Amino acid sequence: MIKSCTAIRIALLLAAGVLVSACERPPITTEQHGFRGTAMVKVANPRIVAGQAGIHAVPAALPAAPQEGQKASEVYQNVKVLGDVSVAEFTRIMVAMTQWVAPEQGCGYCHNLQNLADDSLYTKVVARRMIQMTQTINSDYKTHVADTGVTCYTCHRGMPVPANVWFAPEPQKHATRMVGNKGGQNTPAESVAYASLPYDPFTPYLSKANTIAVNAKTALPNVRVGSIQATEDTYALMMHMSDGLGVNCTYCHNTRAFSSWETSTPQRVTAWHGIRMSRDLNNTYMDPLAQTFPVHRLGALGDVAKVNCATCHQGAYKPLYGASMLKDYMALSAAGALAAMPAAAEAPAEPAAEMPAEAEKP
Amino acid sequence: MAEYQNIFTQVQVHGPAFPGVSIGRDDRERMGKPTDVHLFGRLGDAQIGPIYLGWLGIASIVCFLVAFEIIGLNMLASVNWSPIEFVRQLFWLALEPPPPEYGLKLPPLNQGGWWLMAGFFLTLSIMLWWLRMYRRAKALGMGTHVAWAFAAAIWLYLVLGFIRPLLMGSWSEAVPFGIFPHLDWTAAFSIRYGNLFYNPFHMLSIAFLYGSALLFAMHGATILAVSRFGGEREIEQIVDRGTASERAALFWRWTMGFNASMESIHRWAWWFAVLCPLTGGIGILLTGTVVDNWYLWAVKHHVAPMYPAVFGTVVDPATLQGAQQ
Repeated sequence: MIKSCTAIRIALLLAAGVLVSACERPPITTEQHGFRGTAMVKVANPRIVAGQAGIHAVPAALPAAPQEGQKASEVYQNVKVLGDVSVAEFTRIMVAMTQWVAPEQGCGYCHNLQNLADDSLYTKVVARRMIQMTQTINSDYKTHVADTGVTCYTCHRGMPVPANVWFAPEPQKHATRMVGNKGGQNTPAESVAYASLPYDPFTPYLSKANTIAVNAKTALPNVRVGSIQATEDTYALMMHMSDGLGVNCTYCHNTRAFSSWETSTPQRVTAWHGIRMSRDLNNTYMDPLAQTFPVHRLGALGDVAKVNCATCHQGAYKPLYGASMLKDYMALSAAGALAAMPAAAEAPAEPAAEMPAEAEKP
Repeated sequence: MAEYQNIFTQVQVHGPAFPGVSIGRDDRERMGKPTDVHLFGRLGDAQIGPIYLGWLGIASIVCFLVAFEIIGLNMLASVNWSPIEFVRQLFWLALEPPPPEYGLKLPPLNQGGWWLMAGFFLTLSIMLWWLRMYRRAKALGMGTHVAWAFAAAIWLYLVLGFIRPLLMGSWSEAVPFGIFPHLDWTAAFSIRYGNLFYNPFHMLSIAFLYGSALLFAMHGATILAVSRFGGEREIEQIVDRGTASERAALFWRWTMGFNASMESIHRWAWWFAVLCPLTGGIGILLTGTVVDNWYLWAVKHHVAPMYPAVFGTVVDPATLQGAQQ
């Protein structure tokens, strides 16, 4: 009797251990940021945050270079996007880019070392386009990146391909057969933090412009809005945002009414612009590069790697916890970008000109 | 004292197995010689059998197995017939209802047709089991309280999977068959309809759910506490109160000023349990059909208070002139 009781107790303890093995060890810290009693708190696990300190460390800026003197375009050939900066600053940015994107591969990752002006390597073509993209972000999307801005390092962190990118998922084999249709969900997928929610929240919202809001705007039924399935799609996108930013729902929402803007935090407005920014970057900059990239860089469906929230944020509420690397490389921002564009004809796709007049109003 | 705190039954009586009271046309409905299983006796009664299934029971089990197989084989197919992946992903797998574009139309098999079929057989199985439960109670000359309590649960099940989808005009509103997926459905349902916690029938259902747990704990504790005085003979003590009943009653008068009787506690418990799915079903039925956003409904009726705008004024950026959409 005593023995069997002990055995049962040990079995129960082991079972409990297995059950909680996927859980985070307490204590978890909470920091109130809303009105008292509304449970508006930021939740963080200090051990996980400490473990991520490495990827969010900011590399030291290179020593400043003189801004005067000959312009890069006067010295080098085939300089299309940074031609207006001084030669010294141009070289400094090239060195910084090498450290940010290809520290192991070096200059030869993008350049033909026999002729640096040569565009034969696809990486050089992509890099030029990415500089334009960076300039667009820093000039057109201050609603999202403010004056902090972004540099190559925000996404790349020393790797030629950023750690967090997305491709369109392969269609499920049984989706078009007689049984076993998963309907694009019900799979333990990292993209939605291992929920059973739809595992591609990116195509509908960060590539296409499906409606994210699913709630009725009136108490009683009036206009039919989102379905349960559309709600799960939105929910999936929110799981990605939460996971990608390392924040809980109440960072942006008062969860008693997810849709209500008047009870939301200002961060929700920033996030709203971030969604539009990601969508624009994917459609304007990433997708058109599908022909430029070699096949081994493309996804299963031949699509190019695309950005989502985690591409820059990498688990932090602000990339690099809000440290601005742009201030040391202003050529990557608006003024520099526009100044560097005397031959406007060479970049017809440059969307800086399409900047909506009042985009910064909020 | 430790005896009373044990979660397992402490007393197992071994004697000649009892085949059950005579119901007149006896043996036809009793198959197999009763046996004792000690481990079962730890949790309930050790005696297993005699069993009776009858046509209703067999039909119910067959229908259940059909539904179970449809769901299970769809799950297995969805992981490319891999038994290992089936086990690994089991909690994530599901059989989903038809997508919204089909409304109430009959969809292709792999677009929710299997879901409709599984739902049909599961519902049939549950209905047959209810009928069997009702008829077994009648056969024993009992009241039909258990069957009606079961019917309350069936009401909630039917509202979720059949009545409400019909009223909404779309099978896609119904619940998927799956462990995590049905939980995600629950969360998405609440989010879509503006927070179910502002639904007063949801509030009632929660009150009855927690109330049931509280009453169950109070009653179980009371009876165990007076079992040394014969308190477990509750039913005869309804009319013939002994010292166990008197002590239990005095205990509750001392501690909370009022006490239930041996009869009333069971009526309280039954109604709390039954009202939990009854009110819950009403709450689900009203959602989307009569009320589209429970939060806004609660604001309108001064249920949801407003708090100071500590974040300043936050405005939907989509409404600002010139903003991108």
